[in-house]
Amino acid sequence: MASTTIDTHHHPRLQHQFDSLEQQKESSTLGMWMFLVTEIMFFGGLFTAYVVYRTKYPHVFAAASHHLDVTLGGLNTAVLIGSSLTMALSIWAAQVNKRKLIVIFLIATMALGTVFLGVKAKEYSDKFTHHLVPGAHFAPEDPHLQGVAQDQAQIFFSLYFMMTGLHALHMIIGLGILAALIRPSWKGRFDALYHTPLECTGLYWHFVDIVWIFLFPLLYLLGAHAH
Amino acid sequence: MNTTTTAESLVASPETGHERPNYLNATYGLRSWLLTKDHKRIAILYLISVTAFFALGSLFAFLIRLELLTPEGDMFQPDTYNRLFTMHGIVMVFFFLIPAIPAVLGNFLVPLMIGAKDLAFPRINLASWYVYNLGGLFTLWSIVHGGVDTGWTFYTPYSTHYSNTYVISAALGIFITGFSSIFTGLNFIVTIHRMRAPGMTWFRLPLFIWSHYATSLIIVLGTPVVAITLLMVAAERVLHLGLFDPALGGDPVLFQHLFWFYSHPAVYIMILPAMGVISELVAAFARKPVFGYKVVAFASIAIAVLGFLVWGHHMFVAGESAYAATVFSVLSMLVAIPSAVKVFNWTATLYQGSVSLQTPMLYALGFIGLFTLGGLTGVMVATLGIDVHVHDTYFIVAHFHYIMVGGTIMGYMGGLHYWWPKISGKLYPAFLSRLAALLIFCGFNLTFFPQFILGYLGMPRRYWAYPPEFQVLNVLSTAGASILGVGYVLPLFYFIWSMRYGKNSGDNPWGAVGLEWDTPSPPPTENFYTTPVVTHGPYEYTVKEVHDRTSPTEARVG
Repeated sequence: MASTTIDTHHHPRLQHQFDSLEQQKESSTLGMWMFLVTEIMFFGGLFTAYVVYRTKYPHVFAAASHHLDVTLGGLNTAVLIGSSLTMALSIWAAQVNKRKLIVIFLIATMALGTVFLGVKAKEYSDKFTHHLVPGAHFAPEDPHLQGVAQDQAQIFFSLYFMMTGLHALHMIIGLGILAALIRPSWKGRFDALYHTPLECTGLYWHFVDIVWIFLFPLLYLLGAHAH
Repeated sequence: MNTTTTAESLVASPETGHERPNYLNATYGLRSWLLTKDHKRIAILYLISVTAFFALGSLFAFLIRLELLTPEGDMFQPDTYNRLFTMHGIVMVFFFLIPAIPAVLGNFLVPLMIGAKDLAFPRINLASWYVYNLGGLFTLWSIVHGGVDTGWTFYTPYSTHYSNTYVISAALGIFITGFSSIFTGLNFIVTIHRMRAPGMTWFRLPLFIWSHYATSLIIVLGTPVVAITLLMVAAERVLHLGLFDPALGGDPVLFQHLFWFYSHPAVYIMILPAMGVISELVAAFARKPVFGYKVVAFASIAIAVLGFLVWGHHMFVAGESAYAATVFSVLSMLVAIPSAVKVFNWTATLYQGSVSLQTPMLYALGFIGLFTLGGLTGVMVATLGIDVHVHDTYFIVAHFHYIMVGGTIMGYMGGLHYWWPKISGKLYPAFLSRLAALLIFCGFNLTFFPQFILGYLGMPRRYWAYPPEFQVLNVLSTAGASILGVGYVLPLFYFIWSMRYGKNSGDNPWGAVGLEWDTPSPPPTENFYTTPVVTHGPYEYTVKEVHDRTSPTEARVG
């Protein structure tokens, strides 16, 4: 975050509207938390739709859920939790003034994030080949998902693609932010005194992680006990 | 009217006058405005954009009223009429009523009232203005290409499957503009929490701040829901997913639930900031502290919380279960309690106050009357039996216009007139501004009161033709709308006039005591020369002061 005017308090990263670095940091993190609240409500609309239709069509949802790859989904869950660890470690590195470690952990986080997106792309392409992408070509081969059940399964897959797609979009934005942090980290911009951008990015990254923690059981593990 | 001398004598430091460095003359040129991070300048940018959208929305309203002058549908095709009322609703709700007070007055005043140099995130604040205009462009694009005919509510499955108009671009426009709203709300919450001057405790905050805090909570919690809902509508429209289509297993009423989960609280996004304005005005022009300050403050929070629990009253006739409807009905009536608390407390503030009927006060008194009518009819339509009768009639149209126009716009206009000297350092013509306030009040009532009767008699909303027996009331309504129009054009004229020809207002023309008046008018870029230390509450008025005070808006045209 570039500063406009340098005020009496000396730190070069202090923006003019704040009196102290502490106030600036508190404001930024509170702002990030408020933003995450809006994100919860944003995803909340889709979760609501999910709850409504799952309650309405429990069996079709369970049957449709069988077509998601639990192994790949499970792998991605592990990858994402790992990336949250590396993200947290990069903030720790800033707190102990280890410039190079910040960069290493940021790159590790990005690498794990990219793996997640790669696996997700593989899953999407599988759905595409099996005609499980909603729209004109939606045609599941599963005998449980024919007739009326096909329309209801389409709702399941619509929600699947919207929820995971929106989640993936958040991952991509997160990767962009992480990439933008590497250069200033390398240049020693962040230290124990000032690392608010790292901290806010960390909050965001953990949030995206937590969304997945909810998506995985709701979408992938739903069918485990049915049939 | 003893004019020139009083205006001059009220200037706190006449030797400096308008030569003092302030946020308006700090830098010059278009670039310095378009890239500004000063909340006061961003407020002015918003003022311009919001006024433009208000003019556009008013144009649609004017055309609607013109068509309804005669019972036959003779001026427009029914299709065109559908687009007119849809675009009127979309433009007015999303591009005027929601941003008007927070983004213009709130942006300008929140930092000044709490003694901060700026909002917590000035760049996000500027971004919000650009995002607002980007959303506006999308909506304008759909207007230019023929508009939308779904009604501002985008009800499915009509909006997703059958409407042959530009639904997606209009929905995207609202989606995008929602983010500008979120940016503003988020900025206010953080600013109010973290940027208060030393000594500015929560219970020394002006009620304007409390109501903006409550509003921001609604914005932050509600807007994302309508955003995702409109995304779902767009996806459904493009891909025919079946999310809201009963033929494909979807539930159209789910859309209504998601839509109203935001759009009902959105009414409180519109009215709460206006209530904040009215609290300031009533205290300043009755020369008394607001009666029951804490209760009024918590009433704002109560309205914000209760506002999230009542959305189901929009679906009384949409197949909602009797149990749900009863619960929503009772909860809706509960909102009347904090609302009435405010009305009674403003009235109690007036009692034995030294009331002076300056222009802003005229708007404040108008607000109290009109909001009471709008609120009481709100209790009526929250009642199940009455709602089934008047649902989708002009009674509803009249009810929500009493809240939105009679409430929000009265508050907005009152606030603009009260803080115009703060914003511009200039006085506007007293007589003309009082005349405009009177025209707006009378024109408003003439426009919308007949609609209560029309609705109760059974005239449905959203039709371009009606049975001839309804014509008299419709003619009255259209006549009122023209008076209202004149009332709106006048301030546009004299505000612009005052910037060049108006007398200098001095720092504090009203003798008001809020923190925002403790700094020059217009304020310097950094708001306060030194960070203020707050030692008392926001309304330390004493009644006798008024005898030393003469009317400050006595400047005249020409």
